[in-house]
Amino acid sequence: MIEFKNVSKVYGNGVRGLDHVNVTIQDGEFVSVIGLSGAGKSTFLRSINRLIDVTEGEVRVDETSITGANKKQLRKIRCHIGMISQNFNLVKRSTVQKNVLSGRLGYYSTLRSILGLFTKEDYQRTLDALERVGLADKLHSRSDELSGGQQQRVSIARALVQQADIILADEPVASLDPITTQKIMTDLKRINQEMKQTVVVNIHSVELAKQFSTRILAFKSGKIVFDGLPEELTGEELKRIYGRNILEDQKNED
Amino acid sequence: MKIKDTVHYDWYKKVLIFLVILAGIVASAVVTEADFLEVMQNRKQMYLFLEKFMKPDFAYIPKILGPMMMTLKMSVTGTVLGVLFAVPIAFLATEVVTSNKAVTFVVRFILDVVRTIPNLLLAALMVAIVGIGEFTGVLTIAVFTFGLVSQLIYESIETIDFGPIEAAQAVGANKIQTAVWAVWPQVMSQIAGYTFYALEINVRASTVLGYVGAGGIGVMLNSSLALLQYGRVSIIILVILGVVAVVDFVSETIRRKLR
Repeated sequence: MIEFKNVSKVYGNGVRGLDHVNVTIQDGEFVSVIGLSGAGKSTFLRSINRLIDVTEGEVRVDETSITGANKKQLRKIRCHIGMISQNFNLVKRSTVQKNVLSGRLGYYSTLRSILGLFTKEDYQRTLDALERVGLADKLHSRSDELSGGQQQRVSIARALVQQADIILADEPVASLDPITTQKIMTDLKRINQEMKQTVVVNIHSVELAKQFSTRILAFKSGKIVFDGLPEELTGEELKRIYGRNILEDQKNED
Repeated sequence: MKIKDTVHYDWYKKVLIFLVILAGIVASAVVTEADFLEVMQNRKQMYLFLEKFMKPDFAYIPKILGPMMMTLKMSVTGTVLGVLFAVPIAFLATEVVTSNKAVTFVVRFILDVVRTIPNLLLAALMVAIVGIGEFTGVLTIAVFTFGLVSQLIYESIETIDFGPIEAAQAVGANKIQTAVWAVWPQVMSQIAGYTFYALEINVRASTVLGYVGAGGIGVMLNSSLALLQYGRVSIIILVILGVVAVVDFVSETIRRKLR
């Protein structure tokens, strides 16, 4: 469970990333976060694993305050939160195996991880995760030899080996073609349904948000302006979020 | 066709620049009391030197090889030592890894100071501190390499892809784990390249370290010069040239492969 209690984030330059946000995301939900660029989607996502420090309020993950955690506690919480991003964030020169294994770093002591002394179980987890995303044959390939879609699946595998309860996805399909986009989103949906992981995904495409999520959040100027089921997201609502009815626009263009 | 339509339309500027440079040369000659005539009058001395110099004393080669190998060993050991120390310090010199401005500032300041010391001065200092010998040469090269390579490394750390760093933090990795798993693989091959680059420089530089007593081939070069044994000087220089060329070739081949 993720809870935002009156959370605000004001950046050094005065920009309000989040403006008194109150929201609770239950376990097993598939939440899509929509809104214009700069509306606060990324800030929201990054506050959940505290890659960004909020300036006011409290964020709680599974009843533990992440905003109040010390360094050690923070690392422990982060072990249970996977993250996927638009740029895949893989070490391109390293092999797929190394990239996926690095998802387990939080569970190891510094010395063991420097020496690369991973357990048999973790090697098996890596293999399982890669099988799940259909890349088991790429175990020893260098990551930069893979296509964009494959790289994104490697980063999903890295989140899988974490055996996280929550997966955060920051624009996971923004740099991918439509076919690959469907595959990646389907992968995320399957993880959500089969492994009961909570998925929070920032996404620009309203169609994808409607197609895959169980709940949609919309941000505007750091505030949540819509929170509801996909079918409740009407043209009127979109007009409120984006300033114009983008679904209508598209129909007119067709 | 008029001259102002050609690429030489600003010829008077070029003439002016030439005159300014000429005036500068003349002025500096006057100030330093350099006399070209004197050089010409003493040309006999020059011929004498060149005459001996052009007759390398090949019989002397066996005696040079030992010190030459020693110089090579000094360079390799010094380079390796220098890089070993440079890597962790370079990591401390970037905010990417430390996210601490104060640490970065202090480390960089120290590195800047180390770098400003010229090679020979460094060797002279080491001789004063440690004494005469090859070990001093190794230390000199190590310190020099350390200054050179640490800057190259921290500059390349600052240009890496920061995505993997964020990813490592997001899975709960601590600072050292992030450095080892997200930063190191991205700069590893560059560091190897810099090591060979430093080795090239060091082999060249180490040949003269003997001048101040830091061991190796420089000692022989110095004594041969002092004894006016130009035939020996010439063969020593030839051997150094050969070795430097070989090291450069090998190192460049490896560096190209690393890219």
